[in-house]
Amino acid sequence: MKRPGLGTALAVVAFLTFFLGPFFWQVLTSLWPDGELTRPWPSHLTLESYASVLWGRPFLRVVANSLLVAALTTAFCLTMGAAAAFALAKLEFRGRGLLLSAALAVSMFPPIATVSPLYLILRAAGLRDSLIGLALPYATFALPLTLWVLTSFFRQLPDELYRAARVDGCTPFQAFRRVLLPLAAPGLATTAILVFIFAWNEFLYALTFLSTPEKRTVPVAISLFASEYREPWGEIAAASVVATLPLVVLTVLFQRRIVSGLTAGAVKE
Amino acid sequence: MSGGGSLERERRQAYLLVAPAVLVLVGVALYPILAAVWLSLHRFILVFGERRFTGLDNFAFLLSDSRFWSALGNTAYFTLVAVTVELLLAVPLALLLNRAFPGRGLLRASVLVPWAIPTVVSARLWAWMFNPEYGVINRLLPGPDINWLGAPGYALHAAILVDVWKTTPFVALLVLAGLQGIPEDLYKAARVDGASTWRMFRSITLPLLKPALLLALLFRSLDAFRVFDAIYVLTEGGPANTTETLSIYAYKTLMRSGDFGYGSALSVATFLCVVVLAAVWLRLLGREEVSR
Repeated sequence: MKRPGLGTALAVVAFLTFFLGPFFWQVLTSLWPDGELTRPWPSHLTLESYASVLWGRPFLRVVANSLLVAALTTAFCLTMGAAAAFALAKLEFRGRGLLLSAALAVSMFPPIATVSPLYLILRAAGLRDSLIGLALPYATFALPLTLWVLTSFFRQLPDELYRAARVDGCTPFQAFRRVLLPLAAPGLATTAILVFIFAWNEFLYALTFLSTPEKRTVPVAISLFASEYREPWGEIAAASVVATLPLVVLTVLFQRRIVSGLTAGAVKE
Repeated sequence: MSGGGSLERERRQAYLLVAPAVLVLVGVALYPILAAVWLSLHRFILVFGERRFTGLDNFAFLLSDSRFWSALGNTAYFTLVAVTVELLLAVPLALLLNRAFPGRGLLRASVLVPWAIPTVVSARLWAWMFNPEYGVINRLLPGPDINWLGAPGYALHAAILVDVWKTTPFVALLVLAGLQGIPEDLYKAARVDGASTWRMFRSITLPLLKPALLLALLFRSLDAFRVFDAIYVLTEGGPANTTETLSIYAYKTLMRSGDFGYGSALSVATFLCVVVLAAVWLRLLGREEVSR
């Protein structure tokens, strides 16, 4: 590697400050003693805000809710999406292109466009204010994402594998289950991470369809943190760090996969 | 193997494999969109349970509703400025990420941090930094303290900054994917010809990057046009509705006023705007494909 010039170094520092600075400021705020937020700098660091968020509020419950919804959405979309993506990538049938374009079009919907009917449907089904009911509308955006990313992963697997399995007497479904699905494991992992992050971060549907405080998800709980008289910034920061740190770790660890998944989903071919 | 029968069987299994996904998409996307259009043709207040067909009345009202037009204006302004700034920042960032230097892996991983943070959390984090009394931004900037989120004129730009922070990395990744598709030989040849760095950027990088840039533009503008989370958490559309976007106005009408008829009309209008935007972009993209 060449030694970086001064310009490169400055640009790296500038971008790092812009992208990481606010996150570090958040971490610092979460460790800042409560009475001192008006001062320019904390006199010492403390875990008070974490203690009051984790034990003084039902925040762990909220985290568990988000985990449940995100896990359900991921399982639901991957099960259906993998089968469909395999067919889209390897089998000949009419309407393949149409289905992929439709999925792409759906992922560009403004979520607000489907809120009113989904609200009425969930209410009629008795699934409003239910975490399981929430995972269903999440498929509106998670399923198209799954289809796009997984189809491009299945396409990368050589056709010969599928044909060989067929010659050996597998049905297309058996070829999928026994040969291609295991090979697509990295693709499934990437898709699972993307869908999980998406579901964990979703706000509009969760805000609209859930009403009981104990059922809130993390983004909704954080958005409604303000108390009547003052904004508990230290607690908000602590809750934000708790809600974000797993994602940040996930992203840094699986950076390559996430990037390939995102660009596979976006830049076709 | 039994030739035609096997193909027939393959097609049948293909339909079986895609059927669940298709059914779900119909149930959670196609049906709700059509139902929203149907609802928008009604006067329908949720709490009263009153529901009657009124045809295009809601849309006639919408066209004369100044709050709708200002929400449309805010949305368009937000989209235009945010996406422009994001592209202008993403190109140099992508060029940097495409270069070999120690610490590149670290930079790549860290630019994804804002992308991974829930939008609501990033809005909260910025709201704290924008705090007029003890926010870090006022502390760092010289001059009088500014009420960033409370002053008309400032608030929408503050929201744009939050969006830029969050999504520039994604745009940069799309551009980076485009950059990596440009053959290295072109640069080698240009260097032999004695071309300057700027000249190579203008004559090689930029033209070959155009499809990736247009694609990023398409994705990002459709995404920015439906903005809800960040602005809802930062300002709830205030001050004086100066940050109210179409999604926020529709949300308030639906969920706070319980007016499902007019709220659906606003949602459908938002949807139609996105469709028009997409059609325009796809046409431009299509022309680009042809001219290449």
